[in-house]
Formats: sequence, structure tokens, C-alpha cells
Amino acid sequence: METTYPSLSELFVFLNTTLTQISIYYSHIPGSGILIKYIKNSHQDDPFRTILELLLVFFAIIYLFTNKYRTVNKLIELTPQEVEELVDEWQPEPLVPQLSDDDIKEFDKIPIINGPQGSRVKLINGKSLLNISSFDFLGLLSYESTKEKTIKTLREYGVGSCGPPGFYGTIDVHTEFERKISEFLGTEDTILYSQGFSTINSAIPSFCKRGDIIVADEGCNFSIQKGLQISRSIIKWYKHNNMEDLERVLRKIKDEDIETGRRLTRRFIVSEGLFANYGDITPLPKLIELKKKFKYRLILDESLSFGTLGKRGTGLTDYFDIDPNDVDMIVGSMCYSLGSSGGFCSGSFEITEHQRISGPAYCYSASLPAMLAVAATESLKLLKQNPGLPLALKYNTALFKQLLNNIKYLLLNGSQDSPVIHLRIDEEIVRVGDISDKEKCLQDVVDEATNNGILLTRAKYNRSQELFNIEPSIRICINASFTKKEIEKVASVIKNAAAKVLRNRVH
Amino acid sequence: MGKGSRTKVSTAQNFQLSTFESSSDHFTNSAMKAERQEGLVNKQRYVSKRREDDPGWKEEEPPYYFLFTTYFSYLVLICFGHLRDFFGKRFLSKNYKHLKEQNGYAPLNSDFDNFYVRRLKLRINDCFNRPVTGVPGRKITLLERETKDYCKTFQLTGTTRDCLNLSSYNYLGFAQSEGPCADAVEQTVRKYGISTCSPRAEVGTSNLHLQVESLVAKFVGKPAAMVISMGYATNSTTIPALVSKGCLIISDELNHSSIVFGSRLSGAFIRVFKHNNMTDLESLLKECISQGQPRTHRPWKKIILIVEGLYSMEGSICNLPKIIELKRKYKFYLYVDEAHSIGALGPRGRGVCDYYGIDPNEVDILMGTLTKSFGAAGGYIAANKDIIDHLRLTNHATLYAESITPIVLQQIYTSMSIIMGEDGTNDGQERLERLAFNARYLSTNLRRLGFIVYGDHDSPIIPLLLFNPAKIPAFSRECLKRNLAVVVVAYPATPMISSRARFCISSAHTKEDIDEILKICNEIGEILQLKLSSNKVRYTIEEVLRDGEKNL
Repeated sequence: METTYPSLSELFVFLNTTLTQISIYYSHIPGSGILIKYIKNSHQDDPFRTILELLLVFFAIIYLFTNKYRTVNKLIELTPQEVEELVDEWQPEPLVPQLSDDDIKEFDKIPIINGPQGSRVKLINGKSLLNISSFDFLGLLSYESTKEKTIKTLREYGVGSCGPPGFYGTIDVHTEFERKISEFLGTEDTILYSQGFSTINSAIPSFCKRGDIIVADEGCNFSIQKGLQISRSIIKWYKHNNMEDLERVLRKIKDEDIETGRRLTRRFIVSEGLFANYGDITPLPKLIELKKKFKYRLILDESLSFGTLGKRGTGLTDYFDIDPNDVDMIVGSMCYSLGSSGGFCSGSFEITEHQRISGPAYCYSASLPAMLAVAATESLKLLKQNPGLPLALKYNTALFKQLLNNIKYLLLNGSQDSPVIHLRIDEEIVRVGDISDKEKCLQDVVDEATNNGILLTRAKYNRSQELFNIEPSIRICINASFTKKEIEKVASVIKNAAAKVLRNRVH
Repeated sequence: MGKGSRTKVSTAQNFQLSTFESSSDHFTNSAMKAERQEGLVNKQRYVSKRREDDPGWKEEEPPYYFLFTTYFSYLVLICFGHLRDFFGKRFLSKNYKHLKEQNGYAPLNSDFDNFYVRRLKLRINDCFNRPVTGVPGRKITLLERETKDYCKTFQLTGTTRDCLNLSSYNYLGFAQSEGPCADAVEQTVRKYGISTCSPRAEVGTSNLHLQVESLVAKFVGKPAAMVISMGYATNSTTIPALVSKGCLIISDELNHSSIVFGSRLSGAFIRVFKHNNMTDLESLLKECISQGQPRTHRPWKKIILIVEGLYSMEGSICNLPKIIELKRKYKFYLYVDEAHSIGALGPRGRGVCDYYGIDPNEVDILMGTLTKSFGAAGGYIAANKDIIDHLRLTNHATLYAESITPIVLQQIYTSMSIIMGEDGTNDGQERLERLAFNARYLSTNLRRLGFIVYGDHDSPIIPLLLFNPAKIPAFSRECLKRNLAVVVVAYPATPMISSRARFCISSAHTKEDIDEILKICNEIGEILQLKLSSNKVRYTIEEVLRDGEKNL
């Protein structure tokens, strides 16, 4: 007891001096007085508050030192040995499934062209065929003048652009094409992509983000479907080309808006001008009316309709005589009517400028080779100079349809003026099974036609990934450069082939 | 691929292949080393091959002062941006119309997303999207432009400026408007026309496609290959054809946008590991395999690891030997994107496998682009025949997209034959060795001058770190003033702190060109205070020009 007492007093003295020292040092720190005063005042006013603040400090410390919050679902605790065992046990599936016999047959049926593509092609087995399957509707592919121009370009620019547009990949021939096509379409500006397929599935996600609403036609092509999928927006579908259904969907969304009071997000309607999967034309005037009424923006894929529809061949806006600026985004492809490669998206400056910064396939991909841009510009020039081309296409289409009017066993799908025609099996007459059986039948028709000098193809799909079921078909693409005789030959061969293959399958 | 040229190729083949072996022997490591020690190497050649003494890839931090000023600069930029927005929206509201709701339409850009573009990128827009003309070869011709409204719009002045090109992915110098490639392409245009106007699976397949595909397969050392008309689409349409729901994609955090796009489309679960960090990868693999699928804990159907051979922003080469080791243990499938490495790495230009001396059959799928080293366009996938056959039936691009055009095919065919030495000359091998020298010479000497340079020493992509945001446009403009075309990249393509200039070296550059580049960089580096490396060994520019070739 005696020994501890002095040491305790020493301790008090020590504590006292250090505390005074600390308070002296502390008072040297600028602003320290204010803090002290604040604590004193707050304690005086409301001692309970001091406790609360202390608790807050504790909470902050605990929060800082606990483990990070995991977004992944809770893990099962495993010992390292168990992990090793699980790793050893795990066996992956093969990377790809084994090919079926049908798949192998499918391969053998893909025609291999020896030499140039065109309305007449030569297969690798030496057979010469009339080609009614390529998308070169206007016969503009490989004009002599275009070839000369591209060779000239080759000698000035080389082949590849060796860089994305943002990093020295914007070549003057690209801007030239962009200007020409905007002029032709009557839009403000255009942006050039280096592949037709990747154009719309890059254009859609550059605008549509999570929370935005997209209303799309069920008949939309695969590229649009993929663009919609990647955008992560809310997707509503309306029945193919059914404007009443579209109105119903739009109205329903509007009702939901009022009910939930959600904030206004971007809204888009997506449709194709001329549907690749059906060969029919979207009723644009009604679509524009609805879009304006419900205040949606319209994205129109004119890949197939560009060059083929309308008096001048500028597509659906021309066909229906509508101001192209009523459509917010016109997406087209240069690998069809223009006989080159690549794609474009046309609209206001705001639309194109935004894509130049955020369109993934534009920003992160090498730009189109100069030669192909020049080839497309040349084809565009030819289209402008020959206003008879879309007319000739229209004439050939009408002739073909007239000739096939009384075809048995097959149905002609597609709008009156559409140069894309799907031939589907008439199930009222022909007895067929499931999809693969239908495809087999149609492939037999294709083979029979090939034997008789006409190159046909089935429309090919990735059936496991297409969102909607598409009936198998043979897709015909009418070509403006065909003579009357050639069209007649095509029609009669198809008729005979269909009759020969499907005759013995009649109910 | 005219008849004449093809016969020439086949006769030259046997002869060339035998000399090929001996020439690569000549440039083996030890021989190089011995010659170098004697100071004999003056050929300005080098072989792109992993050296045993390679220090590997590391990211050097700048001094704290620069770290602080970088963050501070962004803080100031953001504060001023908001300040300008605050007053702008009140007093000049018509300039902000596009960010507001307009008669019932939501704005196309959200105000928040657009802030970076509006307030940070706009002011340096003159450094991006510079229009060019002509061949993007050793030199590039820029169309000069001016702006009257602070980079909102540009007007061409009508004049041009020839710059030394450090921006194009023209690694092997095949961006040419003359020579064997251009001649062959001209013939093809005349013979085959311009395009095919149909997808591969329908009527868009020609004999050229098959010839090029078998050559690509032979080039990369895989049994089969297929070509697709766009490099970006090669990834974005192939990955969904390989994996789906119930599968796992493990992806490097710096993988290219096309891989991210394709992975997201596939519906598979995606996990990301730290860039090139093998410990992180292994622990992720352990976790994923042992835990199985989220929630249900079912085992994964398959796991696919997607990495790039050479990363386009970092210049780092993936650690393939370690990945192969992990692959044996963890049984995942390996997908290597060789967009930048094919043609640019390896003693024979066959990419990252060649660089490490690894058998390409260790990798399940080799993907690459034909835009870069081959001066063409498009991409390829090479793998076993069953995989390629499956892809031909399911890949989106073969079913729906236009097939690759004859002119591009010809460019690929001829350039690839040249690299393989099948044209009967030593041109391809020379290009490879010149590129390897140029890459090593520039990156080593930039480091010696005191710059912070990321990436591997053999990488033809050389990122020079700038850090402070103000130095991004400054570097680009100073280079342009000295007739040097460079690419500068900043956030969001890189982390906020590490904005950089990215050099892409080509075999078309001569040593004098690179000396010129070094001089220019040295000068600008002094002006902009860019020599921030903590490396003790520092050379002056005179020393670099005199001794730069030694001890590469």
C-alpha cells in the first residue's frame, strides 16, 4: 500500500503534464480552438448528442475495417483440399457438339463460286448458273467504270486503312461517301461502318441504355435482335407489320407510365423497311403517325429497301413520299444494292456525332478499306445517273410474280413491289413434317434448280438463337439486269423443280 | 491469286522453306548475344522471341507529385465544367437544349453521360478523328483543318501535312499502293470484281475464300480456319456461337470491346481477372470451379478463358506459358485474341505462340485480325476442324453478314505468302526482323531517356505515359508541329490517372526515322516534363543516338 501510493501520485503528475503538453501542442494547430469550442458547446446543449456522435465514429471505424461487400452470391466455405478435389473432378463438356449427318450435308450443299459474283456465276464444278440469290439487286456489282475507279484508289490509298476512324482512320473517301449518301437520302449527316451486319447492332446500343423502352417488330432481322439484346433496354414486341398491335403496345406503355409515374426515358420504335425474313414492306406512313402521336423515335433498317424501292431508289421514304427527316435513323448497307461492303447510319448531326463517340463497332474497329468506300460512291453515282434501274427492278419483280402466279405447291411471300421473295411450302397442298423436314424439301427444290441452271438458296438462320420461329423458305432476290427471257427461264425452272420434288408429297 | 502467281508460289515453296529454317537459326538468341557483345550487330535486325532474361511487364508509378497534380487537374476540370454548366444552363439555355426533354422526347444523351464529352473531350477534339488521305504507311498525309468554335466543328483548310506515322497498325508495312500485294489486288479486281453481295452460308462463298482459309490455317499452325469480313465482328459473332447459358467466360479486365460485346451477347456468366495477373486468375479459377454456377451451384458446362496476345493499350504480352500450365490443371478452353500479335510477334510472325515457342495446338481457338499486320481487313478464327465446322453453321457472321470481299482476300493471301516466304524472296523475314528491331530499339531507348513506358520490351505497341490531362493535347499538338502523327488516349480508354501516347511501330520505319522520333520525344519530354522514370540509368539524347543500338 505504501509503495503504491507515491507511484500513483507520480502517475497523476505525469498524466497532468502530458495532458497540458498535448493541449498546448493542440492549441498550436490552426482551427483547433473552434473544434474544442464546438465539442464543448454541443455537449452543453445536448449531452445525448455526444454519445450519438461517438457511436457514429465507432460505426465508421467498424465499417472501414470490415471486409468488402461482395456482389457475388454467398460462397460456400470449402477447405483447400476440397477445392482441389472439386477441381480434379470437374469435367467440361466438349467445346462444340458433334456435327450431325444433316449438318454435314448442309455443308456440301453450300455452293462455291469459281470466279466473280454476278448475275451469271460459275461453280467450282464448272457448271454455269443464273444467279437469282445474291443481293446485288441493281446489277451494279463490278461495273467496269467502278472497277477502274477502285484500281485508281488502290494505287493512291492501298487496301487496308490500318486504324479505327478515331485514330487516323478517317480517310477523305469516307467523308466523301458520307456526304454523297446524305445528299442522296436528304438527311443531315451519315456515319459509315465497316460491316453491314454490325451497323444496326452497334447503332442501337449507342443510344439505348438500361431503362429505355424499345418497341420492335417481331419480324426484325437477326442483327436488330442482337442490338436490342445488348442494349439491355426494356423491349416490347408487336406483331409483324401489324399497326393495330403496335398502337395497342404503345398505348399499354403509356398507361403503365401514368400508373407507375415513371420518369421519361428514351423511346424507340425499331422496324425494317423491307423485311429480310418476309419480303414485305412496313407501312411507314402509319408508323410515322404513331411514332409522332406517342412521341417515339424511329430506327428504320433500310438495308434491303435502299436502292430497291422508290422512284429514285432511296428506299422507303421515297416509296411512300415521306420526308426522310421524319425517320430519326435510317440504317443501310452497302453490300446489297451498292455492290460493295460496309454499312451506314443516316440522320441528324446529333445522331451521327453521338455514334462517332459511342458506337462500339465504329470506335473500336478499323475503318472501311478506301477501295470499298470508293466502289460504293461510284455505285451511288451510277444509281443517280440511271433512274431507270429501280424501274427495271420493279418491272422484273412484277414479271416474275406474274409468271409464278399460278405456281402449285409453293407460296409466294412478300409485298407486291418487293424484289425479295420468299417461297414457302404450301401446307394445304403438300404434306410436310417439322422444320427440318421442310428445309430438306426446299433444299431438294434448290438442288433440282441448280441442276437446271438456276442458283437458288434457302434463307439460312441460326435457329437456336433467333427469337421467333421463322418458316423455312427459298429466298429469291430479283435482279434488275436480268432480261425478260432470263426471268422467264428462272420462273419456269422453279415451277418445274417444285413440281418434281413436291408432287409426290401431295395430301 | 491469278494463275501465273499461283504456279510461282508452288515452285518457290520447297526452295524457300529450306532456307527459311537456316535463316532463323542464324538469328537465335545466343548468336545474337555473342555478336552484340562484340558490337558487330549493325544490321538493325532482331528476332522477336521471348528472352530468358526478359524482365517482363510492369507498370511504373510516377512520382507522387505528378500523381497529385493529375488528380488535382481533373478536379479543377470537373469543377470548372460544372460551373460552366451551372451558368450555361441558366443564361445560354439554348446550347443545352439537346440535354433536356423536348416536347415529350427524352434527350438522346443523358446530361451525366455527356459531361465527359462536353467538358473534357471537346476541348481536345483536334487530337482525335484527324482526317487523312493516301496510304497509311511510313508516312501519313493529314488533311489540315481549323476550328472557329473551340473544336465544336472543323473546316478543312485544303492543305495537307506529311507526318511520320506512329499511329497506324501497319506493323509489317503492307499498307502499300505498290509492290506485289497491290499488283495482285489489281488483277483480282479485274478478274473477280469487288464484292460478293451475299453471306457465306448462302451464295457468298468463292474459291478465293477457301484458298485464303487454308493459307491462314497453315500460317497459324491450326488444322482449319475461317475468315470474317470485319475484325470486330469476328469476336462479337463467334463467342456467342461457342458458349451460352450455363457456361463461364473468364476474361482479362483489359480485353477489347469486341470481346466484351460478344461475351455479353452469349448469355454466359462473365468473370473478370486483373490484367495479366496469373495469381488472381488461378484463385478465380479455383473459386469458380469449386463453387459452380451462382445460386444453383451446379457445375459449369464449360469454362472458356479469353485473353489477348498483345494488349492494344498496354503493349503487354499475355503470359501464355503460365496460362497453358493452368489450362492443363483446370481444364478450361483457351481463346486467344491475336488482333495485334499476329504478324507482329514471334520469329516467324506467327503471333504469341511463336513468340514463346509454344505449339499452337495448345490453344483451342486462335482469333486474329487481318486489318493490322496484313494491311487488309476482317478477321479469322483458327481451330480444330470440328470447331470451325460448327462455327460455320452457327456463327452469326457466316449466316447473316456479307462475306469478305475478293480484293481484301487477295491482299491477305499475298501478304501472308510473303511473310511465309512463299513468294521466293526473303522480304517477309526481313520485315519481321526489322519490326522486331524497331520495336525493341524505340522502347528501350525511350526508357533510357527517362520516359515511363509500359508494356513488354518486344512489343511493337509502345505506350508512353503522360499522366496530367493537360499534357494529352499538348503532346499531340507538339508532335504534330514536328510532323509526327501520334495517338493519344485518355480516360475512359485507360484508367483516369494513366493517360498516354501510344506509338505503333512499323517495319516500314528506318532507323533514321526512329532516331528522329527519339529526338522529337526528347525535346517534347523536356518541355512537358515527361521524363519521370525512377530508373537510375539515364542516357542523354546524344548517348542514345550513339549507343542506342547496344545492349538492346
